[in-house]
Amino acid sequence: MRCIGVIALNTFRENLRDKILYNLLLFSALLIAASMLLGTLTVAEQEKIVTDMGLAAINLIGVIIAIFVGIGLVSKEIERRTIYTIMARPISRAQFVLGKYLGLVVTLSVNVLIMLGVFLLTLWWSRASIHVSLLQAVALILVELLVVTALALFFSTFSSAMLSASMTVGLYVIGHLTSDLKGIAEKSGNELVATLGVVLYYICPNLEMLNIKGQAAAGVPVSLAYQSMATVYGLLYASLLLAAACVIFRRREF
Amino acid sequence: MDAIVIDRLTKTFKPNWPWKPAATVLRGLSFSVGQGEIFGFLGPNGAGKTTTLKILIGLLRQTSGRAEVLGSPAGDVEAHRRIGFLPESPYFYDYLTAEEFLRFYGHLAGMGGARLNQRVTALLELVGLAEARTRQLRKFSKGMLQRVGLAQALIHDPELVILDEPMSGLDPIGRKEVRDVILQLREQGKTVFFSTHIIPDVEMICDRVAVIVKGQLLAAGRVDELVGHGRTRSVEVVCEGIRGEALPLIRAVATRLVQRGSQCLMVLPEPNRLDEVLTEIRTHSGKLISVTPQKGSLEELLVQEASQQV
Repeated sequence: MRCIGVIALNTFRENLRDKILYNLLLFSALLIAASMLLGTLTVAEQEKIVTDMGLAAINLIGVIIAIFVGIGLVSKEIERRTIYTIMARPISRAQFVLGKYLGLVVTLSVNVLIMLGVFLLTLWWSRASIHVSLLQAVALILVELLVVTALALFFSTFSSAMLSASMTVGLYVIGHLTSDLKGIAEKSGNELVATLGVVLYYICPNLEMLNIKGQAAAGVPVSLAYQSMATVYGLLYASLLLAAACVIFRRREF
Repeated sequence: MDAIVIDRLTKTFKPNWPWKPAATVLRGLSFSVGQGEIFGFLGPNGAGKTTTLKILIGLLRQTSGRAEVLGSPAGDVEAHRRIGFLPESPYFYDYLTAEEFLRFYGHLAGMGGARLNQRVTALLELVGLAEARTRQLRKFSKGMLQRVGLAQALIHDPELVILDEPMSGLDPIGRKEVRDVILQLREQGKTVFFSTHIIPDVEMICDRVAVIVKGQLLAAGRVDELVGHGRTRSVEVVCEGIRGEALPLIRAVATRLVQRGSQCLMVLPEPNRLDEVLTEIRTHSGKLISVTPQKGSLEELLVQEASQQV
């Protein structure tokens, strides 16, 4: 456990020193500019647009960091050969993978928390109402980021950074379209297409389940049961990916 | 118990594509390193030195054969508490300062508190980086990186230190410093196993060496045993007051004759003819300045054996 913590802390430090949190400036500037520019609109429209934009920005920036830092978590260590001295220490490969993951999760959590703070301040400043549904949406965004980071890490344990990025982005997009996959499977007359659709529906992460931004922007909260189920689903999916990443990484040679 | 045991070790890299041939890098390599020894692992580039070291650390898995480190199978994570490792041309987390870097590796080895603080300070001084302790590694020169890398290998006071080309990229002063650190480790009873292709380093500090070419062991043993079993191969004679070229005996016996003013240097390939030459010098009123027996070197051995293998 200690080794996981040491690796996680170092990964977090690396992210900080790589100036990843600078994106927060962009985020803040974007939100403040949006709410100022939209001041000419009616109060209800302005509120809706600022809320929509804030949640979308938190989601998008988080996903970009999760994918593009996530794919380098392990592959960069191998390319730069920093892995050699780490693996020569009393640390198992699984501990290393989990430590790297945890480090990025801490970075993402700090990032999302700060973005949420700026977002709430902007809402307060533009006299928009603050609902509990906003917090629910951000919590599920964080769960989605856990899944996306696990996806990126999983691919980076056996493929190049470029390939990992393509596959993660691909799965992220499919993950938001899984209900369409099921629909296509049900309506398709071709048995092969139907089977493929169903298989993909169950294998790909259902990220749309974690997307309640539309409801949140309208101020409609989701039930606690839904929130819990979506969270457990996301955590379970991320755990399975991490377990698979650990198994693959154990077999790798450097 | 030996610190390292390598027994009929083989490593074949599978090709990325089925139609490409597999590459066999190690072919039945066997040798062992005793505790408390400085053991040099010598061979030309591409001989399989780094592959062997990677197997010992667990970065690679052998195809067949046995590799043991401190009594445990190579790659055993628990044994890593007692091993320090410096890879070839190391690249480290360059966003860390030298101090943070050593602390990180200390923490990974389960160290902390005052002991780690003391160790970090002592090692930075040992490798001559005390003044650069708060500088980020991205601002370090190659030699400084090599030295801080050596410090990380020693941070947890390991029993066995495995170094891959520790002197490469260093200037003569840097190389001497690394040699001194290795000798100091021997005084502390540690075992040092290092690979190199720089032969004088091996001759200067190693108790024993293993020479590897194309994945096979050419020779293993004490340096003086390997270089002609201590046998004198030729004799170099320097004398004054004679002209070597003018004396038929010397002209016939010496393979090399160099005349510098009144001084004459000659190399005699057959040491048993030294007496005749000395008598000749005295007969012609020459004055003997020096007689130096010339022994073979590891370099000669390596070049000779490697060329036989090709």
